[in-house]
Amino acid sequence: MSNVERGIAALIAAVIVVGMVGCEPGAAPKAPKEGAAPIKIGAIFAVTGGAAFLGVPEKNTAQMLQEKINAAGGINGTPIEILIRDSAGDNEKAVSLAKQLIEEDKVVAIIGPTRSGPSMAIKGICEEAKTPNLSCAAAEAIVYDEKNDVVPRYVFKTPQKDSFVAQLIFKTMKDMGIAKIGVLAEAGGFGDGGKAQLAKYAPEYGIEIAASESFDPKQADLTPVVTKVQAAGVQAVVNWSIVPAQSQIPKIMKQMQFNVPIFHSHGFGNIKYVEGAGQAAEGIIFPCGRLLIAESLAGDHPQKAVLATYKKDYEAKFPGEEVSTFGGHAYDAIMILVEAIKKVGPDREKIRDAIETMRFVGTGGVFQFTARDHNGLGIDSLEVLTVKDGKFAQYVK
Amino acid sequence: MDPALLLDPALLWKFCLAGLAVGSIYAIVAIGFNIIYNTTGIINFAQGEFVVLGAMTAISLAGHMPLAAAVALAVLATMLAGALIEIVFIRWLKDASVLRLVIITIGVSILMREGMLHAWDEKMHALPHFSGTETSSIAILGASCPPQYLWVFGTLAVIVAGLSLFFKLTVTGRAMRACAANRTAARLCGINAKAMVTLSFMLSAGIGALAGCVTSPITQTQYDMGAPLAIKGFTVAIVGGLGNSVAAVGAGLLVGVLESLSVMIGCSTYQDGVAVAILMAILVCKPSGLFGSAEAAALKEF
Repeated sequence: MSNVERGIAALIAAVIVVGMVGCEPGAAPKAPKEGAAPIKIGAIFAVTGGAAFLGVPEKNTAQMLQEKINAAGGINGTPIEILIRDSAGDNEKAVSLAKQLIEEDKVVAIIGPTRSGPSMAIKGICEEAKTPNLSCAAAEAIVYDEKNDVVPRYVFKTPQKDSFVAQLIFKTMKDMGIAKIGVLAEAGGFGDGGKAQLAKYAPEYGIEIAASESFDPKQADLTPVVTKVQAAGVQAVVNWSIVPAQSQIPKIMKQMQFNVPIFHSHGFGNIKYVEGAGQAAEGIIFPCGRLLIAESLAGDHPQKAVLATYKKDYEAKFPGEEVSTFGGHAYDAIMILVEAIKKVGPDREKIRDAIETMRFVGTGGVFQFTARDHNGLGIDSLEVLTVKDGKFAQYVK
Repeated sequence: MDPALLLDPALLWKFCLAGLAVGSIYAIVAIGFNIIYNTTGIINFAQGEFVVLGAMTAISLAGHMPLAAAVALAVLATMLAGALIEIVFIRWLKDASVLRLVIITIGVSILMREGMLHAWDEKMHALPHFSGTETSSIAILGASCPPQYLWVFGTLAVIVAGLSLFFKLTVTGRAMRACAANRTAARLCGINAKAMVTLSFMLSAGIGALAGCVTSPITQTQYDMGAPLAIKGFTVAIVGGLGNSVAAVGAGLLVGVLESLSVMIGCSTYQDGVAVAILMAILVCKPSGLFGSAEAAALKEF
């Protein structure tokens, strides 16, 4: 080996090292010490990394709920301790954290992970360890294995199913007279799940998907992939992604003079994304839970009280932060678990049974879990929203 | 995609334009690598972090002053950071091996990344577009694109022209080149070689920061964006031929355009694979780089 080659070999090794140590976690916050042995609940959120926009509101919500519940005397007198771990949105990290929480910390259940990929990755671990898992991620595959027609025994999830989101998007398109669309989906659990649901329901609504593209959201510039969809001559685009693509793609489309209606998934439920896209966010249409339009709900709406309380508590505790649906998913997951523990005590098996028959009014909708439905939400849990003057508003035709 | 569209020149141009823009970004990062490589013989893996640090600083300053002032200050601050890093981590090492130095720069990159996470946050930030807004559009030969593309191309041109003039015409520039050619001989001629190394870190930090600022409106900026950018920049530097900044521009544009065209033909998720495939091909067929001389490369330590 010449010196040149040896040097280059060393550099390649170095590149690999840099790649592997790419994203490191911030320290996970510690829960305050309590007198009696607390009930330990594990939580895996993407507090840092690309999905931090989702993970941070979830972490905040968990801390807020822990304080609130313990200040009110805990669950039947026993305080809770939520052990929040940062997965940085990474599958492998989520797996080792889940194992650690189950085996070392002996938690009664795991809340999260934030993203669909990590949720799918820890699903098997929770099933094997017979530990209830309430995922905060969107993909329907987390609670339903369509190929084998199996619902996992211990895994639940609180965000609305992506199949409902896909159907609602198509329904809106049909009303607008759109027949030929392009799909831009982020590569990974969430985007792949959405892409599959869109492909599944498109024929039912008479919609042709002329271009369906996956992309790596870490790319410096997504213009090429948008160009490809534009070339297919579509009447609308579905951008099924989270940050940063969620804000970038609308901007790129406007800059390219690719002016067709843009539809987003329910992953758009954070006003920060709208701010990120600025002017380009105007008119984006997306199905979402009611948290974002809590104020404009009728007074007798069953969710009105829970939405208003959560929004008020959150915004008072974290000044300058606006409430997002992601924090809401964590709120629902934690409160469902707390309800179950209240009823049957900190026993993993009994908690599972209790959740499976529970009815719960949460931020995501009115949950009614059954043995066949570990999400518990119907299509009516979603509203079609749009962005008007930089704010979320109900979409009116 | 309809195969007939592959032959549509207007569409091809659209893909190429996007490729040229992203390729220019890679080229600027590669130039940063080259400057430090030339004076020290090492690859500074914290180069990507300079890009992020520059952009983050500019974003923080932009709220308090005009954009141009914020960018200028951010570039200066990043240059200072570059000097500091060289003085603290590199300067005092005597006869350190290349591998040791490379590992140190990797350590520095991790340190900077974590530092930025705590100094700022984990969120995505962006500078405003330099001209127009995020929805403005201009047409270059019929392809619509953001005006920021012109800023990226212009910055690259100014950096390349400025560096060539600096290295050819100024005494300091020539002294840096002398250090690159033969450090012992340069020192015997009375050149302060250590100062030249510090200067090379400052220059390359400044160029990185400028790249970060000018691309932030397009790519947005997050604390951990440095590593992927550094890997692309490094690829481009190798493909062009280590140490040659003009070659880095050619290689950067080539890699950018090929990546973009690969999306046209194949799938966007394989975009990174294209860059790595080019890197591998070059390493096997022409290790001195596309535009590099094999003889000159053989004389270098690596």
